[in-house]
Amino acid sequence: MVDWEMTDNTLLQIRNVSKCYAGLGESRAVLRDVSLDLQAGESIALTGESGSGKSTLLHLVGALDYYDSGEIEIDGTSLTNLNDSARSELRRNTVSLVFQQFNLVPSLNVAQNISLHARLANRVDLTWITSLTSRLGLTELGDRYPEQLSGGQQQRVAIGRALAVRPKLLLADEPTGNLDEIASSAVMDLMLKLVRESGAALFLVTHSVQVANQLDRRVHLSAGKIA
Amino acid sequence: MKRAALGALLSHWWRHRLQLITLLTGLALATGLWSAVQAINGEAKASYDLATSKMGARQNETLVPKAGFIPLSRYVELRRSGWRLSPVLEGHWPQNTGSLRLIGVDLLSHPTFSNIAKNSTSGSSYSLDALNSQGQLFLNPKTLKQLTVQVDLPPIVQSDQIPIDVVLGDISLVERLLQRPGQITRLIILPEQPLGLHPLEDLAPELQLQSYDAGQISRLTDSFHLNLTAFGLLSFAVGLFIVHGSVGLGIEQRRGLFRTLRAMGVPLHLLTVLLLSELLLIAIVAGSAGLVLGYLIAAALLPDVSATLSGLYGATVEGSLNLRPGWLISGIAMAVVGTLIASTQAITNIYKMPLLAAPGLQARAQAASNQQYGIAVLGLGLIASGTASMLVFDGLIAGFALLAGVMLGTALMLPLLLSWVLTLGLRNARSALGEWIWADMRAQLPGISLALMALLLALATNIGVGTMVSSFRLTFLGWMDQRLSAELYVTAKDEEQAQKFVLWLVGRDVTVLPIRWSEVPFHETKLRIYGVLDDPTYREKWPMLQAQDGAWDRVSNGTAVIINEQLARRRNLWPGDDLNLTSSWKMTVVGVYSDYGNPHEQAIVTLPVLLLHADNVPNLRFGLRLPPSSVQNLIKEVQQEADFEGITLVDQNDLKARSLAVFDRTFVVTGALNLLTLGVAGFAILTSLLTLWNMRLPQLAPIWALGITRRQLAWLELWRSLALAALTAILALPLGLLLAWVLLSIINVEAFGWKLPMYLFPLDWLRLLLLALVAAAIAAAIPARKLALIKPSDLLKVFAHER
Amino acid sequence: MNAKFFLTALFLCLPVTASTQGFAGLGTNAKGFAIPQRGAVLSFPEDHGSHPNFRIEWWYLTANLKGDDGLDYGVQWTLFRSALRPGSEDGWSSPQLWMGHAGLTTPTHQFFAERLARGGIGQAGVTAEPFMAWIDNWEMTGVRPALQHLDLKASGADFAYDLDMSTQGQQLVLHGDNGYSVKSAGGQASYYYSQPHYQITGTLILPNGPVAVTGQGWLDREWSSQPLAEDQSGWDWFSLSFDSGDKLMGFVLRGASADFTSGSWISADGTITALQPGDFQALALKHSDVSRRSIPTEWKITLPTQELSVVIQAVNEQSWMGTSFPYWEGPVTISGSHTGRGYLEMTGYE
Repeated sequence: MVDWEMTDNTLLQIRNVSKCYAGLGESRAVLRDVSLDLQAGESIALTGESGSGKSTLLHLVGALDYYDSGEIEIDGTSLTNLNDSARSELRRNTVSLVFQQFNLVPSLNVAQNISLHARLANRVDLTWITSLTSRLGLTELGDRYPEQLSGGQQQRVAIGRALAVRPKLLLADEPTGNLDEIASSAVMDLMLKLVRESGAALFLVTHSVQVANQLDRRVHLSAGKIA
Repeated sequence: MKRAALGALLSHWWRHRLQLITLLTGLALATGLWSAVQAINGEAKASYDLATSKMGARQNETLVPKAGFIPLSRYVELRRSGWRLSPVLEGHWPQNTGSLRLIGVDLLSHPTFSNIAKNSTSGSSYSLDALNSQGQLFLNPKTLKQLTVQVDLPPIVQSDQIPIDVVLGDISLVERLLQRPGQITRLIILPEQPLGLHPLEDLAPELQLQSYDAGQISRLTDSFHLNLTAFGLLSFAVGLFIVHGSVGLGIEQRRGLFRTLRAMGVPLHLLTVLLLSELLLIAIVAGSAGLVLGYLIAAALLPDVSATLSGLYGATVEGSLNLRPGWLISGIAMAVVGTLIASTQAITNIYKMPLLAAPGLQARAQAASNQQYGIAVLGLGLIASGTASMLVFDGLIAGFALLAGVMLGTALMLPLLLSWVLTLGLRNARSALGEWIWADMRAQLPGISLALMALLLALATNIGVGTMVSSFRLTFLGWMDQRLSAELYVTAKDEEQAQKFVLWLVGRDVTVLPIRWSEVPFHETKLRIYGVLDDPTYREKWPMLQAQDGAWDRVSNGTAVIINEQLARRRNLWPGDDLNLTSSWKMTVVGVYSDYGNPHEQAIVTLPVLLLHADNVPNLRFGLRLPPSSVQNLIKEVQQEADFEGITLVDQNDLKARSLAVFDRTFVVTGALNLLTLGVAGFAILTSLLTLWNMRLPQLAPIWALGITRRQLAWLELWRSLALAALTAILALPLGLLLAWVLLSIINVEAFGWKLPMYLFPLDWLRLLLLALVAAAIAAAIPARKLALIKPSDLLKVFAHER
Repeated sequence: MNAKFFLTALFLCLPVTASTQGFAGLGTNAKGFAIPQRGAVLSFPEDHGSHPNFRIEWWYLTANLKGDDGLDYGVQWTLFRSALRPGSEDGWSSPQLWMGHAGLTTPTHQFFAERLARGGIGQAGVTAEPFMAWIDNWEMTGVRPALQHLDLKASGADFAYDLDMSTQGQQLVLHGDNGYSVKSAGGQASYYYSQPHYQITGTLILPNGPVAVTGQGWLDREWSSQPLAEDQSGWDWFSLSFDSGDKLMGFVLRGASADFTSGSWISADGTITALQPGDFQALALKHSDVSRRSIPTEWKITLPTQELSVVIQAVNEQSWMGTSFPYWEGPVTISGSHTGRGYLEMTGYE
């Protein structure tokens, strides 16, 4: 019998979560009875084939999408029956996201983009942001706009933005998927280092075994189930 | 959170300043045109109210005779029965140019005369003098120069409390000047009445109760203001197309931002509230700018409007513009409501926007094209209900309902119609590039269709109103040639001089046509009856619309009357019908003549019959027929004759030129609004094309990659835009002609009382088509130039960003 | 003599200037108007009618009434004529202007109304035989012989009255020298006669309903062209009917340097004594605040020649005629050496 009691250090608990997408005629199960947990400060890599449900799981954890059954608890709060403003609050204060396509705000410059999430959460720690910016090598680029940056630079901004708010949990969905190999490993190294320093737990979706090996744990998802 | 989120939202406009300016300008233009019309209407209404209150009969009801005049004895009987009434005698007082309203009141009983007189600005103060045998005349200083008949005038007292074109005096003086002794036009019922009165309808069944006198004018001018309001609304609607486009784009481009913000924990309701606040802010800024713009436009147009109103209706609007709080508020409110209406769809989309899935622009465009059918059906419904309103309602309302339904309906059907045309083109395309062009145009349609709708409306309005004005002008010119057939028009100072003048003309090979008329009360208004002498001039030239055989024979033998179109249409009297000119004077109508530029009803009988039935028929004016070559000599001779000092001579050409000038001035406002609307539509196209620019790069890049140069692409862009504008213009033509027909045959008849033949002016259409093309070309030039100069790397980015 | 001079000023729409000019310029000369002549013999019934060659004229009736509700009432009915020029003319051009005043005083309320009319059109006028004076629907209609029996009607927005008045054949009272009544030390004069002997029955219409009344009435007739001296600023006029049957008409014309008083004593047997200037004395005892003015509403009247010393008190201190040109006019009670009732008119209190 598994002890489901949450220990003090458990940040994320995923219990028997299933999710279907309505398709033509019949619904298609994307996640089936997935259970997983993550300790504070722990990092976990989620690997799997394209379409295995990795991103969906990540979106569910990020309170961006809704599961059909089961339960997800983040920092002691269950996402079941949480309304939009409570979910928004969770995203604002506890969870940060890094996407594959960066999703920077094109009308804000690098500095503004980095501080945006922190400002939204009303948790601006200038010292931390300055050091973060400099560690990400973005100090010189503060006045630039996203369209003037390379892909690697843009993703570094996105990582800075996600960490500037000092989230308890960083969700990253193929953060280097849009980058070439060299840029990719550089960015990934930097991200992992900074995550560790910030003390955040990391939930990383990746298809790269090499990347996955650098994390504390690996979970493989296949056809919506943990293998 | 709010500040950071709002800052992120607004940063978009900072990065896209041109787009913001477009949005603000569109909204400001829309608000401006609407507010201008409102300001003009408000000013005119205030002027009428002021005129009414100046005359003091505002709250007072009046008694008017059902026919003829009220004899003095009837007034005295009613006073003796206890009713407190105040008599008024009013008539037109012919001057050398036009006539003045001469109003006689009993100074002792008139409710507000003492106020009017007290505020006199010059001359002696109000005193006993006004009741002396010589009397006094009271008038506005601005009226003074029109007072040109100098027959032993009593002293003049100037007072700006008196409306322009009105001369006021004691009834004893006025009945002498009008030569209508013992006659009363109406009785003002004073506010306070004693106990125990018998009802008026028992005491004086031949009189009827009427609320105040301004009713007639306001009914006539109402239609003019309705016209203006319709124009203002049209401009506003066209402006809203721009707003809809800009707001839609502003939201479209920020979908990614919204999603990012949502992912970072901005709640949906806050996002919506922030977006609404942003729009509100934009609306207020643009609305304020629009108010300034509207004020300037109104100030520029007001002199022409007042010229129109006094030319067409004889209503006076003073030339200065005042700021009214109601106007300010309604202007801003229009801007806010307009913005909200224009952005409802966009906001709703955001509210429904899924947090995750990001459907591409292409797909949404596809969805939009599927909507074309729905919108077209809605358009068809509007056309149908507009047409149906013709069956349900009468007159002006029906006319405007038909116009609104048909114009809006057709505009809504435009995308579908264009898409059919483009599909047809696609089917017939021979080359791969041609196929792409047609297909791409069709794909572009949803984005630009709103602008094209605006263009359609503006063009149709231009064609319609232009056709109406030009048809009117052409008809008017022909009519003037007929109506102003005498070579010289003469106004004598007084009857004595007139008689001398006629005698002097004997033996000079000049035919004298007296122009004499009398005004009789007629259905709550006045009927001017002209008495003419039989002359070939009338038989050959008078502009008859309908006439029985031998009409002029019957007029000249005193058995029949001819009437103007206004009278015919308003009372539904046509040749063969009987007309009661007064209660005791009935004649058969044998003809109807056109009488443009005159709002009032009119009839013509032979002079002896008029003199038999009417007392006050001044003999001061004449038309003279003489060989055109001797006109100048005659004028010189008259000017040298000492006896004829003060006589006015106007030759035919002069009169025509003056009439035409008045006519042209009348439609300056229409022309100006027309042009402004077209300008707004051109702006809408520009906005739309700029909007499409960013979305179109992904569509253009592959074509470029396939070996079409940027230059070629730029030209194609230009041609595409021109082709769409041209197609729209062609569709606008029938719509414009329909509009013209409604204006000429329905609106005009209701508003002015005459129906006009419709003429077609293909050259004007061509000019308009060119104008539309130029507007489209200018609008397309900016994006095309951008395209021609775009860096290949930017086009490459399209591929780089593609997943 | 009543509010006439003063009202005429309004009537003529002349600017009212300081008292040095007299009221409304009436102290100036008479511009072709006829002037009263001493020794002229009044002729009736013709002189009951109007005299268009004189500048001003009035038919002035006041009545002290008692209602069946036991309250005291006063009624005033006045028709003024004023000429812009001498003579009459038909139609709107007539120089004759007419003004009517109707007043009704209760112990607590004052009702009044005003009518204006142009002469020459029939809206207002006076005919001598049969006698009829009218403006709009206000009428004073005589039944032959003239002035012996009158029917009196007037109505305003909130009141109306209809009175039946008759004498027992008493003679008219000609004031001054057989109707030639001097108005100033400088010799200005008017023609002035009265019929002070009417017995009245009738009905008052008040907001609370009709009230049947009985009482007595006093008719004044006066016409002139230049009745005021240049420095006279107003007057106090008394018509008093004593329970003894005697009657007294007396007036004070308030002048800048000196007051001018005159009047007539009408004894119960009908003898008339013209008072000499100075005989009649009136002293204001108490002032009331009326329409933002201080107006004497209690008087001490003495007439030593008749051993008369009475106190006059207003029935309603607020008997204010707020017409275009306002004045005080109302019923009074008499106590002292004589008792009775009467009417008081006061003008020129600014």
